[in-house]
Amino acid sequence: MSLQTTSHNTKPPMPIVLNGRLLEANRRIPLNLDWVEEVRVNTSAVERRAATLGTRRTVKKENQAAWLLRAIACMDLTTLSGDDSAERVRRLCAKARQPLQRHIVEGLGIADLHITTGAVCVYHAYVETAVKALEGSGIPVAAVSTGFPAGLSPLAERVEEIRRSVEAGASEIDIVITRAHVFNGEWNALYDEIAAFKDACGAAHMKSILGTGDLMTLRNVARASWVAMMAGSDFIKTSTGKEAVNATLPVSLVMVRAIRDYAEKTGMAVGFKPAGGIKTAKQSLDWLSLMKEELGRPWLEPSLFRFGASSMLGDIERQLEHYLTGRYSATYRHPIA
Amino acid sequence: MSIAEKFQSMDYGAAPEDPKEVTAWLDGHKRRFGHFIAGKWAAPKAGEYFTTSDPSSGDVIAEVAQGNSADVDAAVAAARKALPVWQALSGHERARYLYALARLVQKHSRRLAVLETIDNGKPIRESRDIDIPLVARHFYHHAGWAQLLRQEFPGYSACGVVGQVIPWNFPLLMFAWKVAPALAAGNTVVIKPAEYTPLTALAFAELAMEAGLPAGVLNIITGDGSTGAALVEHDGIDKIAFTGSTEVGRIIRKSTAASHKKLSLELGGKSPFVVFDDADLDSAVEGLVDGIWFNQGQVCCAGSRLLVQERVAETLFAKLRTRMQALRIGHPLDKSIDIGAIVAPVQLERIRKLVDEGIADGATCWQPQGTLPTKGLYFPPTLLTGVHPTATVAQEEIFGPVLAAMTFRTPAEAAELANNTVYGLAASIWSENINVALDLAAQVKAGVVWVNSTNQFDAACGFGGYRESGYGREGGREGMLEYLTPDWLNALPKTIATKKSSAVHPDDDATANADIDRTVKQYIGGKQARPDSGYSFAVHGIDGKLLGEAPLGNRKDIRNAVEAANSAAKWAKMTAHARAQVIYYIAENLIQRKEEITRRLAAAVGAPQAASEVALSIERIFSYAAWTDKFEGVVHHPPGRNITIAMPEPVGTIGILAPEEAPLLGLLSLLLPAIAMGNTVVAVPSEKYPLILGDLYQVFDTSDLPGGVVNLVAGKPSELGKTLADHDGVDAIWCFRSDEDAAMVKAASIGNLKQVWTNEGHAYNWFDAAHAEGRWFLQHATQVKNIWVPYGE
Repeated sequence: MSLQTTSHNTKPPMPIVLNGRLLEANRRIPLNLDWVEEVRVNTSAVERRAATLGTRRTVKKENQAAWLLRAIACMDLTTLSGDDSAERVRRLCAKARQPLQRHIVEGLGIADLHITTGAVCVYHAYVETAVKALEGSGIPVAAVSTGFPAGLSPLAERVEEIRRSVEAGASEIDIVITRAHVFNGEWNALYDEIAAFKDACGAAHMKSILGTGDLMTLRNVARASWVAMMAGSDFIKTSTGKEAVNATLPVSLVMVRAIRDYAEKTGMAVGFKPAGGIKTAKQSLDWLSLMKEELGRPWLEPSLFRFGASSMLGDIERQLEHYLTGRYSATYRHPIA
Repeated sequence: MSIAEKFQSMDYGAAPEDPKEVTAWLDGHKRRFGHFIAGKWAAPKAGEYFTTSDPSSGDVIAEVAQGNSADVDAAVAAARKALPVWQALSGHERARYLYALARLVQKHSRRLAVLETIDNGKPIRESRDIDIPLVARHFYHHAGWAQLLRQEFPGYSACGVVGQVIPWNFPLLMFAWKVAPALAAGNTVVIKPAEYTPLTALAFAELAMEAGLPAGVLNIITGDGSTGAALVEHDGIDKIAFTGSTEVGRIIRKSTAASHKKLSLELGGKSPFVVFDDADLDSAVEGLVDGIWFNQGQVCCAGSRLLVQERVAETLFAKLRTRMQALRIGHPLDKSIDIGAIVAPVQLERIRKLVDEGIADGATCWQPQGTLPTKGLYFPPTLLTGVHPTATVAQEEIFGPVLAAMTFRTPAEAAELANNTVYGLAASIWSENINVALDLAAQVKAGVVWVNSTNQFDAACGFGGYRESGYGREGGREGMLEYLTPDWLNALPKTIATKKSSAVHPDDDATANADIDRTVKQYIGGKQARPDSGYSFAVHGIDGKLLGEAPLGNRKDIRNAVEAANSAAKWAKMTAHARAQVIYYIAENLIQRKEEITRRLAAAVGAPQAASEVALSIERIFSYAAWTDKFEGVVHHPPGRNITIAMPEPVGTIGILAPEEAPLLGLLSLLLPAIAMGNTVVAVPSEKYPLILGDLYQVFDTSDLPGGVVNLVAGKPSELGKTLADHDGVDAIWCFRSDEDAAMVKAASIGNLKQVWTNEGHAYNWFDAAHAEGRWFLQHATQVKNIWVPYGE
């Protein structure tokens, strides 16, 4: 069977094609250590490419407006703070349902698109709250499970947390890997851990957070990406948002290239989610351009691409208002999440 | 298309850069430009103009003055007049002008970028993010050299009036590469921008006016090839710097052969892009995008020959094709364009023709799907696989977006294929193993080597070629030296025309001298060899007495000697310490034979000179033994996280026409720096006393000097010198004889564009170690290779 995007807010599902080849959804395959060992990443060269990703492509005017809408549709609107509360989560969900003010939606002539964010992402404790708040919207709830953000609680507890999140109604689970497995080259252990998480997810989509800011080196990032994909991850995700360095373009480029190589080797598609530190509309365009250039149009669908972000939405809304009015907007003029 | 539809299509759409400022500037000049001479616009004396057009549309942009020799006269006169004014300024004062120019380039950066794109056809992304920032960087960096000139180049002075001719592929950047170091060193300049792309240079003229640069320090003459020829041939020019085709480089070398103009040439290339099986292939693909599809492939150092290890070739080609499909070709002013327009119809035609030839030669051609703009000069990115070294596309510079791919099996084969070219400008090497990468970096014959990167440029690093890619360096300390001359050299007396030697006639007097005490042979490949001619010639002493017979060398002796010298290339691979030991040993053995050599030499040059020559020779040998492991390179610091190692390497096989006046010391003063740096030598000793070779080979033979490192061929220096200068197996020729001989070797050197070093009409004093040995000699015995090594995990 071939995977088709099943976005709740874009109409015709798009076949996932890479270089003329129709891809299937990812599923677990046996761990192939050769693929992990064969990883070659030249940091300086990756940085050079990443540095020009944002300068080689520019989108202007209506195209830019369309791209910013795309960024909203691919956004996991997120709150992951110690001071989260049920009301805070409900407020976030309200913004996810209606990310743009009505006059902007009408001005852009996009009412029929029914733009919402791609998902809402919360701690396990607020899954039920979010599910309820989003009822009828079709917006999925993503839960960060597995002892987020460190992921160092006992394995059984982490697996159990996933089960409970799924039971509570989360249809997407963001898991965190044990970074030490990467440092120590314990690829079997890493694979088994992610596979166990995936089993616990059942039908829920699983995004594997690599903690790239902790992994430090791009080769570690690439190796962890390969193991996570072979273990059956639906998405690979950069960061928890809690590391000192979160999503960067070089890290993203390395992960996206791994996704491409994996697809070419296996015929299966894995999604990508950069998270943390992406705050501006301009940044969102850089990442969209990265996805389009390196993987192509299907990876601009929420089924294969998500931003983990919170404050970016406000900046996008301001930019869209500017597109409509020609005047620069102020933050306080837009409803907060 | 509505926003909702664009939301689905997710196309980039158009993102045109607005050219209105440039349009206004052009209109402000009524779209007609004169030369820039003595700080003012000057109409062409003949009143002729030519047009320059936009390659993306074919539309005429403006009319530009066609310079003739009268215009060149005026410009050179202005530069000459300005020279004392410019040189009277302190380094600091000159630095302030260069700094002002850097600032002005930054202030007007967008206008210059847009103008460059309109005139040249390159994508605005490149002119905006690469060309113009590098222009500013070049002026900043050289403002620094102007400031530090006195401290960092003590004992050096500017060459004088510099004539510069630049190409159309990086119009303003090449302008900066030429003008900034020339001015920083205290020269004044007459520069001719390329016929296709004169406009940014003319825009720069206005910046020079704005900066208050003294009139005549910078003069800009526009025109075609004839204008360039008038400039380089002008008697008022002291130094020529040319960037362009190898063909024109040859013409310039030849047409200036009879002059003492200093010359640097930055010419064509067919640079290898080597991908090992352990490379980061995705990054290598991006390297190729920056290597061959940058500036439509119209880059002298473009990585146009892809050499990929067989094991990963298909994988790399597949990745490459995918990447090529994503390249966007179109209007160069669009900010989302990767490949713009080809500069001129004739270039486009040449690219088409060469690609067709490549296909006819058996290559498989792949181009991405998609349509080219209907208007303007475009050529799609092209991958030719299955190319063999015999194919034209593997040998000739295409100067277009065309990559010729070959495969290799082993690192040794990679090196062989990489060096299987007449060019030697640049190389790009991709491997995650530093041993593999640096091993090839050391072996490849190229002036610039980029490890895991490509087309990296910076004002602090030297750029320039080996072989037929030219000589001289631009950028960094080594680039500054091209625009400077040692004061002591300027102070040397001029050579006095010597009478034609009558010594060299076959078998003259031979029959009458049955009692000759010495018959020496040629010294080739470490062996004494009879001359191929079967003739000898008599050598007479100062008192007219016959001293002995010297072999009369001919073409074949030179051929054999060059072959022996080429085969001794492993001398360069010996450690400097090992070479030093051999050279010390030469001194030791010369000391052993001091008396007899002095006695014999005395008959030719008189006892006092002989004693002095031998004593100083011993010292000189010690000097170069000492230098062997001390003439070191430097590490440049370009922006970014990498080191750039500027490494002096031997030139190869050097032909030496030894000076007549000091048969032993003069010969050794040239031969020693050459071999100390790892070169091999074919030397023609002074015809005054060629018998010295008999003494020398006995010394060499007992000193563990490997056979072939030094070859000595006696005979008529001008005749043998012609054969040496013609020989493609000789990489440099040094001639320290008459002006006629110097002109002869310069003119004859153009076959393989070997480096030429002559006394340029100066009488060197071989007896003064302060001038007759040291760095000046070692600089000529080496060429600088800049190896860029980015790092970081």
